[in-house]
Amino acid sequence: MTAPLDVSGQEQQATPEAVLTGAGGAKAIQGRSLGQIAWMRLKRDKIALGGAGVIIFLIVVAIFAPLIVGWFGHPPNEFHEELIDTMTMTPKGGSGISAEFLFGVEPLNGRDLFSRVVYGARISLLIAFFATLISVTIGTVMGVIAGYFGGWADAIISRLMDIFLAFPILIFSLALVGVLGQFETQLAIKGDTLRILLLIFVIGFFSWGYIARIIRGQTLSLREREFVDAARSLGARAPYILFKEILPNLIAPILIYATLLIPTNVLFEAALSFLGVGIQPPTATWGGMLSAAVKYYTVPHFMFFPGMAIFITVLAFNLFGDGLRDALDPKSSR
Amino acid sequence: MNKKALSVAASGAALALALSACGGGGSESAPSESAPASAAAGATGFNAGLENVTNPSDKKGGTLKMAVTEDWDSVDPGDTYYGMSWNLLRIYARPLVTYNPAPGKKGLELVPDLAESLGVASDGNKTWTYKLRPGLKYEDGTPIKAQDVKYAVLRQMDKTTFVNGPTYLGDWLDMPKDFVSVYKTPDVNTDQAIETPDDQTVVFHLKRAYAGFDNFAALPGTVPIPQAKDTGIKYRDHVLASGPYKFETVEQGKQYTLVRNDQWDPATDPIRKALPDRYEISLGVEANDLDNRIISGDLHIDVAGSGVQPAAIGSIQADPELKARADNPIMARTWYVSILNDNPPLDNVECRKAILYGADRVSLQNAYGGQLAGDVATSLLPPGIGGWQKLDLYPTGAPDEAKAKEALTACGQPNGFETTMTYRSDRPKEQAAAESLQQSLGKIGIKLTLKGFPTSEYFTAYAGKPAYTKANGIGLATNGWGADWNDGFGFLSQIIDSRVIREAGNYNLSVKDPAVDGLVDQAFAELDTAKRNAIWGEADKKVMEGAYVLPAVYAKGLLLRGKGVTNQFITGAFDMYDYLALGVE
Repeated sequence: MTAPLDVSGQEQQATPEAVLTGAGGAKAIQGRSLGQIAWMRLKRDKIALGGAGVIIFLIVVAIFAPLIVGWFGHPPNEFHEELIDTMTMTPKGGSGISAEFLFGVEPLNGRDLFSRVVYGARISLLIAFFATLISVTIGTVMGVIAGYFGGWADAIISRLMDIFLAFPILIFSLALVGVLGQFETQLAIKGDTLRILLLIFVIGFFSWGYIARIIRGQTLSLREREFVDAARSLGARAPYILFKEILPNLIAPILIYATLLIPTNVLFEAALSFLGVGIQPPTATWGGMLSAAVKYYTVPHFMFFPGMAIFITVLAFNLFGDGLRDALDPKSSR
Repeated sequence: MNKKALSVAASGAALALALSACGGGGSESAPSESAPASAAAGATGFNAGLENVTNPSDKKGGTLKMAVTEDWDSVDPGDTYYGMSWNLLRIYARPLVTYNPAPGKKGLELVPDLAESLGVASDGNKTWTYKLRPGLKYEDGTPIKAQDVKYAVLRQMDKTTFVNGPTYLGDWLDMPKDFVSVYKTPDVNTDQAIETPDDQTVVFHLKRAYAGFDNFAALPGTVPIPQAKDTGIKYRDHVLASGPYKFETVEQGKQYTLVRNDQWDPATDPIRKALPDRYEISLGVEANDLDNRIISGDLHIDVAGSGVQPAAIGSIQADPELKARADNPIMARTWYVSILNDNPPLDNVECRKAILYGADRVSLQNAYGGQLAGDVATSLLPPGIGGWQKLDLYPTGAPDEAKAKEALTACGQPNGFETTMTYRSDRPKEQAAAESLQQSLGKIGIKLTLKGFPTSEYFTAYAGKPAYTKANGIGLATNGWGADWNDGFGFLSQIIDSRVIREAGNYNLSVKDPAVDGLVDQAFAELDTAKRNAIWGEADKKVMEGAYVLPAVYAKGLLLRGKGVTNQFITGAFDMYDYLALGVE
């Protein structure tokens, strides 16, 4: 049996997925799509599944924040100054953690830390998801165009990528968010909505360079492959080749890098809030809470809970992203 | 020391709190320190430094270690507007007169420094004459002349070169119209403003009478600078010392060290003890680190003198031994909220009153750091400044919701209204104050939108720029002010006189009342101190009756005396530790 094309027979022997399904019963051997194979690999990666579980949990928490806070907490901006020692302005008894206040209360005004962390998840995830969507969309379009068409398109887009990669993004965002925020009165949208949109735009728009590079590289190698050549020789036009031949093969890297970009964006949003250009108070954000907590290092719970929230979110996305990469693209080097 | 100045110092964060950095001081009876051989039993315990010299000693020698979270504006006496700087510069520079290095109220007295006596007034307080002491020298051995004082005063009027200092001298002296600056118009004869009939005599001529001119003569602007040594803005790199210490190294933003100036003659200087051999001043020390190092004794003094960080407040409260090293002085500084009356409905006094009735004053006090950080304020003028009276126009505790509703109805907004409140985003206390007002005013239907702006542009581009506040419907703005010196003039003149309002960069955001302006004019003209103080008190009351401001707290700072520091006490002149008398064990 030397026939190189006899893949299905080989696979039955060699790949555990096949063995597993085979063991399930006397079912006939079926062809499986790439997606099915990836899903099977992913299902066996307990760590990645754990990450996915946490992510789903966070999304549920974010969506149902008002309900959760209604059951277990107090309105996030409500003061509870009776719980504060007016000499030190820190919570009485250190942290104020009780059955009433699961994570304790903030120094100074006694706001419920639990409620604020829960509401903070909304802002963090909202911004991270949509910013990632923007950068992945821009990055994919730019990367595919540069990689497929080459020539001057590639030259221009690649230099553009270099510029965006070399940009001191954090500093620039600080300036941009600060400046744009001042035009609030001239705009139809205001307050938090404006700030959220602004952050999504800034974070998304300045991080497409990374993903564009990866997509460009993949496209470069894909366009030289036989199946693309075949399509071309049959007279397929560029749009057909791009959407039917190349894009489907880019799904894996796009998914992987999107998943890995989300935690970066969570951190980026936290950093901007930490530096005071994020969402305006009193709206709760994780980065904003961390920033406020710095002054109160003697009451560590104030920093611990929002810090843990960021940590767990970032870790969950990273683990899931790693698992996804292993599943979709097992040959990629780690 | 204008509040602005002070606060910018600690980069918002620290200073914002009214309690932030702080100075260290005598180890009093602390059993830990070195042999108290010479130490007479001074006062000890919490607040001992308010009225007494703690750990008194005449022992010379040693190194006094100071630190500050950020560099201040400048060590050039003609270019500085920070209280800490005005206090500290007296170790290397001598103005004509200065504040008596003594605890509490006694520290407010003016005493002659370069001059032999306080100013001699003539021509109905329009002319003031000072005679220099004989035998004064700079660090290079050249004699200090009256002409140098004149040059220094003229020099600091150049606000394009020296952007930081106060403008009082330039505003009040009878300057010739064609004088621009010592650099641009060096040949203009300025004798109509300042005469120097001989090397020892300076005569100042004012545009109009002012009985308190000695307060001007105590400004750092009168520290002599010889024209030959003036290097303009670069003079800060080597300030020529007239006091007992001279700069050894000047590293902007990193550190200053000072050593003894051997040309300084103690016989010419009755007020300075000049005990330490050396001063080391570290700049840019992280605020919490700074507090911890003062607690441990590694540093002696926080130059900023505005109080420790919240974390250290906790430690000090928890530890009786530390608390015995702490002082909690009231400062000549008020944190308040300006109620801007440009945009409806706040152009109606009843709507402004609704804010004063509806604000939860205890919550506001908490926002500024609680009872250690300040007492609930009833007006702008802080206690401790002549003319202060405790007003009871508005509640000072829980809000009076019934009266607030009444006021809202009277102003035609029975269901409340919406407005925008600005605050300095890098000052957590002001953010907390804005959040607190948003809560308490929300309960009577006044809905606040909060907007934070960086301190550096707060007055020049946002809250202090009427074009901006009008266009953006700003109704409330956090504000704060400290006395340039401790009297009604030094505190109120820049913040309640509507005629000081310019296109931008205003500190008076909301007080535009002809009656108040009239009282200010009366106070300027009144030569009798007691009557003058009463007028300032009356002006203060008028401001409250017009509901132009919501006073939050009279600031207090929690300061920590350094371990092993001698002669440490709070001076009433600066409301921080006096930096002239200090020594180390």
